[in-house]
Amino acid sequence: MIYLPHTHEDIFSMLQVLGVDNLDDLFSTVPEDCRFNGHLNLPEALSEWELNDHMSTLSHTMAVSPEYKVFLGAGSYEHFIPASVSYLLGRSEFVTSYTPYQPEMSQGTLQAIYEYQTLAARLLGMEVATASHYDGATALAEALLMAVRITKRKKIAISSLIHPLYRRVVQTYFNPTGYEVVELPYLNTGATDATGLDEMDDLAAVAIQSPNFFGCIENLQALGQKTHDTKALFVVSFTEALAYGLLKNPGSQGADIVGGEGQSLGIPRSFGGPALGMLASGKKHMRSLPGRLVGKTKDLDGKTGFVLTLATREQHIRREKATSNICTNNSLCALAAAMYMASVGGTGIRKLARLNYDKAEYLKKELKKAGFAIPFDRPTFNEFVVEFPSGFEATHKHLLEKNIIAGLCLAPFYPELANHYLLCVTETRSKNDMDALVREVKS
Amino acid sequence: MKESLGTTGLLVNEPLLWEKGKKGRCGFSLPRRDVEPCFLDQELTGEGPDFPDLSEVDVVRHYTRLAQWNFGVDTGMYPLGSCTMKYSPKTNEKQASLPGFTGAHPLLPSSLSQGALKMLFEFEQYLNEITGMHATTLQPAAGAHGELTGMLIIHAFHKKQGSKRSKIIVPDTAHGTNPASISLCGFRPVPVTSNEQGILSVESIAEIMDPDTAGIMVTNPNTLGLFEENIQNIAEIVHAKGGLVYCDGANMNAVMGMVKMGDIGIDVMQLNLHKTFSTPHGGGGPGSGPVSVAKHLEPFLPVPRVVEENGAYILAQDYPDSIGKISAFHGAFGVVIKAYSYIRRMGPENLKKASQLAVLNANYIKEMLKGTLHLPYDRPCMHECVFSDKHQAVQKVATLDMAKRLMDYGFHPPTVYFPLVVPGAIMVEPTETESKEDIDQFIAAFKAIANEARENPDLLHDAPKSCKVKRLDEVTAARKPCLAG
Repeated sequence: MIYLPHTHEDIFSMLQVLGVDNLDDLFSTVPEDCRFNGHLNLPEALSEWELNDHMSTLSHTMAVSPEYKVFLGAGSYEHFIPASVSYLLGRSEFVTSYTPYQPEMSQGTLQAIYEYQTLAARLLGMEVATASHYDGATALAEALLMAVRITKRKKIAISSLIHPLYRRVVQTYFNPTGYEVVELPYLNTGATDATGLDEMDDLAAVAIQSPNFFGCIENLQALGQKTHDTKALFVVSFTEALAYGLLKNPGSQGADIVGGEGQSLGIPRSFGGPALGMLASGKKHMRSLPGRLVGKTKDLDGKTGFVLTLATREQHIRREKATSNICTNNSLCALAAAMYMASVGGTGIRKLARLNYDKAEYLKKELKKAGFAIPFDRPTFNEFVVEFPSGFEATHKHLLEKNIIAGLCLAPFYPELANHYLLCVTETRSKNDMDALVREVKS
Repeated sequence: MKESLGTTGLLVNEPLLWEKGKKGRCGFSLPRRDVEPCFLDQELTGEGPDFPDLSEVDVVRHYTRLAQWNFGVDTGMYPLGSCTMKYSPKTNEKQASLPGFTGAHPLLPSSLSQGALKMLFEFEQYLNEITGMHATTLQPAAGAHGELTGMLIIHAFHKKQGSKRSKIIVPDTAHGTNPASISLCGFRPVPVTSNEQGILSVESIAEIMDPDTAGIMVTNPNTLGLFEENIQNIAEIVHAKGGLVYCDGANMNAVMGMVKMGDIGIDVMQLNLHKTFSTPHGGGGPGSGPVSVAKHLEPFLPVPRVVEENGAYILAQDYPDSIGKISAFHGAFGVVIKAYSYIRRMGPENLKKASQLAVLNANYIKEMLKGTLHLPYDRPCMHECVFSDKHQAVQKVATLDMAKRLMDYGFHPPTVYFPLVVPGAIMVEPTETESKEDIDQFIAAFKAIANEARENPDLLHDAPKSCKVKRLDEVTAARKPCLAG
């Protein structure tokens, strides 16, 4: 086996040093009745070339661009990723290193993550961003638990227009804690209905996603104001990080904590993971942030360097009192995002975000012209809801055969929205793709 | 000793990203604009993020230079204890980057994602076989996330039984994240100390296990690199009082094909694909922490679950007792592809052999270094061995000094000051992918360093000398945090 370097002679001479006759005898401390003496029932080893064939066969069953025109967003977005990003991300010094516990040997990872934290903080308009979390859903759950710790209150209000799967993750995290989770309904404009907040007291946090699950841009400033009137913390979530290349960022709208998904920033969709949980706050709450943080410092000679810092919050120092159990984060995904943000740049991200907006507006307009209803009139970024005539399910199915995925059916998530579909258009969809979609749904 | 690996070389300085570039540059090929600009309410727009504008060359040089300041498994031996820094095969990366996988949307209809679902399904079966458990979820995104999932399952199990329990037993040789995972589920961790042999005694568990205890969270093999020999008796005691046994399976690399956790009383465990199954650590993630459970805990696994139905794979949602979702989508699918590829390339015999060689390498190091370094538990170890700096303390040389000096010799240091039960711990896990020559060179380096500790301890106090930076001021970093530029 090419991954195992030991020759028979190596094994023999090493066993001799140990005074042991064979490899099995190395396991003398494992009691006989704990041992498995059979053979693992697993497929026999494949050669590298057989594996190539096998994996190629599996991967070819997947519906992906360019053969398929996929108009799905809903928390996972198709964006162009420059070859330079994928290439640099493959550098083995980044890929095969561990969490940078030994900073002198990990300055590459550490400076890169410090830069990621900075760019992420600038994108979100916050003062401090962590080194990353698992995904947008867990980042949101951690943000809400953080709000509970800070305020010492035990109830959170969460918009029903936060991604339904994120809400389920939050529920899973909150279930055993005894903290209460209430959902805020939505208005027929496609925005969160926050009127109920007036009657709620003892709130730790109010969580709003913008652009929300319907693609609509929320009035964050007004919602933040309302939240602060209740003395709760304003938690903003997002699934499409690129939107903040164009829209007002959460920090400028009063967000206290921001937790969302950075997959759009140079990370392939990869069937939903690995992803990039982004979490940020003001300096005020810095010490309550869960997860890794990289800080700038100096070495013995006064030279600038970087280290993991504020580790007393973490589990390995005060085991029972840790702010979270986060150990591994998604460092390489954060690195991809940093490389992507650096490549696109301040000027580029605005143009790119604007193009996303304009393309989605074009499709929206064409669908309207074709006679379909756009039920929510709040402005959107790169995805939006369309109400198709009843029976559209069959058309949707039929289009799959033509290699078009005409959006996500909302009924499983919002039973009241039969025949409503969430459609997404990024820079990767051409005008021709969109025209073809409109032609097909019309016919 | 052969020529030392450690040397100095030309490293190129590189400023922070935003200290480079010029307004108007771009390192991204903007797609052709084929639609007209539409009306956009200026009320909605901000100024846009303050990112630097860099050319493609600027970006490429920047990250190439940064990469050169880093050390990875591909650079050299990285014997971090309890981290299993084994070699990450390159074909795994290739498979994970197949366009059919990278381009796949997580909400694709099942009929259009059969390859991914088949892989997830088969991979769960492989892990069931390796662990001897009944069912597996691949949704947890890291080891600690798996621990949390396991704890949530234990919580849900007791709730379903109508029993309210408030405590979980955690040995002092458990992984660092365990107590926090327990607390997150509203349980109180109850510490228990290991015996003089470095393992749990049956009596110590019998003494504290009571009907208010939801279970025990054992790391096996534990963080001293020792197999918990009394695990079956301990499991019996815990089960008899209605508790469950959680096994932190981060150290599974020691016992693949040798021990099936499901056969020795374990109810639920997590695996770390980025340890045992060779997926790269990426400077701290992404990882993947599947959770495997015994039959009585299957109803509580996260949803959706991949199910085979008439030769096709579907995502099934209907599990009323499920803890819910723990990741937005299917977990770290890209990581699963790599671990799946690893198992397929290895096959059953080589997986077992990997564990045997990992244990061989660790015992060899233990034997060869035990005169040089203090060995607190002198007995056969599993895949890692734990020394301390007791012998060097007389020269006022600490574990940290030896660790830093190893860098000058071209090795990544082992895990230091962990586990907490050994003061000044040096925890070495070579893994099976290190050859005898590389291990011999590591041993020789440690012996040379021990000599230096006697003869010229300042060499150690001043180490490292050949890295990009010298020792860094971590105290000021924490006192006056500068977390963004």
